Amino acid sequence: MATKLLIEAIHDTMVDEMRRDESVILMGEDVGRRGGVFRVSAGLIDEFGENRVIDTPLAESSIIGTAIGASMNGLRPIAEIQFLDFIHPAMNQILNEAAKIRYRSYGDYNCPIVIRTPYGGGVHGALYHSQSIEAVFTREPGLKVVAPIDPADAAGLLRSAIRDEDPVIFLEHKKGYRAIRGEVPENGHVVPIGKAKVVKEGSDVTIISYGMMLQESMAAAKAMEEGGGASIEVIDLRSLRPLDTDTILQSVMKTGKALIVYEANRFGGFGAEVAAYLAEEAFPWLDAPIMRIGGPEVPAVPYSKPLEAAFLPNQQTIGAALERLSAY
Amino acid sequence: MTSSTSGPVGVKQRDSNLSQLPAEQLRQMYELMATARLLDERMWLLNRAGQAAFVISCQGHEAAQAGAGFALDPARDFLLPYYRDLALALHFGLTPRDVMLSLLGKHGDPMSEGRQMPAHYSSRKLHIVTGSSPVSSQLPHAVGVALASKLRGEESVALTCTGEGGSSQGDFHEALNFAAIHRLPVIFMVQNNGWAISVPQKKQMAVEHVAQRAAGYGMPGVTVDGTDPLTVYAAMKDAVDRARRGEGPTLIETLVHRFTSHSSDDDDRTYRPLEEMKEERANDPNARFRARLIDEGVLSEEDAREIEQRVKAVVNDATDFAEKAPYPDVAELTLHVYGS
Repeated sequence: MATKLLIEAIHDTMVDEMRRDESVILMGEDVGRRGGVFRVSAGLIDEFGENRVIDTPLAESSIIGTAIGASMNGLRPIAEIQFLDFIHPAMNQILNEAAKIRYRSYGDYNCPIVIRTPYGGGVHGALYHSQSIEAVFTREPGLKVVAPIDPADAAGLLRSAIRDEDPVIFLEHKKGYRAIRGEVPENGHVVPIGKAKVVKEGSDVTIISYGMMLQESMAAAKAMEEGGGASIEVIDLRSLRPLDTDTILQSVMKTGKALIVYEANRFGGFGAEVAAYLAEEAFPWLDAPIMRIGGPEVPAVPYSKPLEAAFLPNQQTIGAALERLSAY
Repeated sequence: MTSSTSGPVGVKQRDSNLSQLPAEQLRQMYELMATARLLDERMWLLNRAGQAAFVISCQGHEAAQAGAGFALDPARDFLLPYYRDLALALHFGLTPRDVMLSLLGKHGDPMSEGRQMPAHYSSRKLHIVTGSSPVSSQLPHAVGVALASKLRGEESVALTCTGEGGSSQGDFHEALNFAAIHRLPVIFMVQNNGWAISVPQKKQMAVEHVAQRAAGYGMPGVTVDGTDPLTVYAAMKDAVDRARRGEGPTLIETLVHRFTSHSSDDDDRTYRPLEEMKEERANDPNARFRARLIDEGVLSEEDAREIEQRVKAVVNDATDFAEKAPYPDVAELTLHVYGS
């Protein structure tokens, strides 16, 4: 086992998979000589050459559209979109094409692509370098969506995504790239898509989260327990679609209380689907209303330091919600 | 030569000699055009009789598609069609029965088992790549298909089609640009019938010919008479040869007619000049090609009638076959969303 940053785990897994399978290619803006603006693909062009590490024109629809076409002719493209915020011009290709190819052809064609893209706030990226629009993708049958934050999970899920026969949106929290470090098993470690992970066991309240909000949730949970408060269970969803309903249901049946924490806009965000699921399936076991913490009713994350901080959920806002839930 | 790589490109008076193809292939070409026409007309009858929910036509485009198809090798080349590509889809191996099953949304439709609207031609084994309805979204796919072929060192060519209206889309620009940069073996064929539903070409672009845009991407562009299959064949053959030699993509604009409303849900009498429609009808590419083959001794009148009888029998069989076929099993509604 080696200790790696999140970004190193992703980089190393791409290298492993490209060595293992020559049909895997990487394409996107600046992924070649520059190695990606975050340096996720640093050095790949030297090992795999320009044919397999392709600096594309600055045009997102054709990055995804070309990857889709290549995937229908035997390749397994990894398409990098430089920021999730810039994915909108490619939305037709993702939602109308990639997601629907298997279904519309009755399984005759499939679309094994991975769309890797950095997302999330907390780096002063403002409205257009901070977005968390995962719910646009999670609502779409035909897509798989993962958002690992632990480096081992990122490595294992990226390996699964590249080998998957369907399109996978692989969300990389940009603040986590160089902030999160962890042990990563060697030798082709695989994490199956669609499995959540209980990262901390507890008995009184379940926090369901993913991405960087997991850090804030863990901090809030520990603070509460250290203060003699409730015992908190924390679940890292890791995969958003398919959603691991078994793991969250088992936990909420045990604790009777659920808090869902995510940094996207709260309204209509992914947490709304999790809450709806629990309302339908966990109702007999609930001792309190299901609660959600998410971004406020503004279009995106502002730039200025205090404004950005006020947008994002944090240990304090999560702690306050835990207090309210504990009171039931 | 097809054209230069820069500067405006006018309508090329291509060599339309019949000697480009053996007589047997010319007869097959006519049979393909006749099959596409009669099948298309039959689909409208079924629509007007209330049996088919939707029809969208290739009528008036047959010559361009037949000419293009015969310059390709369906065994190794790929077709990424648009909704008017009935003749091309037949040339790549879909059958009239397949087309009729799709029209009626019946079980056994090999394109989608009743999931897509008609005219969304697809078959992996026939190298016809599945597409959607938003126009020109298949163009980047064609670029990707060509990219994969090139990476593996194959000599396959990808042909993708759209209309002149489709050339306004961002994906048109992005696809041509990407293909030209990487010199990919892909051919973009714009079947320009002058109308995007009700919007005439002059409100779609400020240039005279779509092919002029090729210069802006650094690829050859040519505008040809799409009512003459041999002219299109010659232009397509040049483009295919270039692509196989590794010299990159070509934009071919074929000037064609639209003999029907945009679709069965449209009424073109509300916006098209009657005179224009009459003029186009008088220049029917199928009738012209038939007359020419007879004039130049490739077909006798008797041969032509024999072909037409055969086509009629095939279309009748396809209609009967699809009418008798069962609908898809509703239990399969949720099948094939994911592979695992």
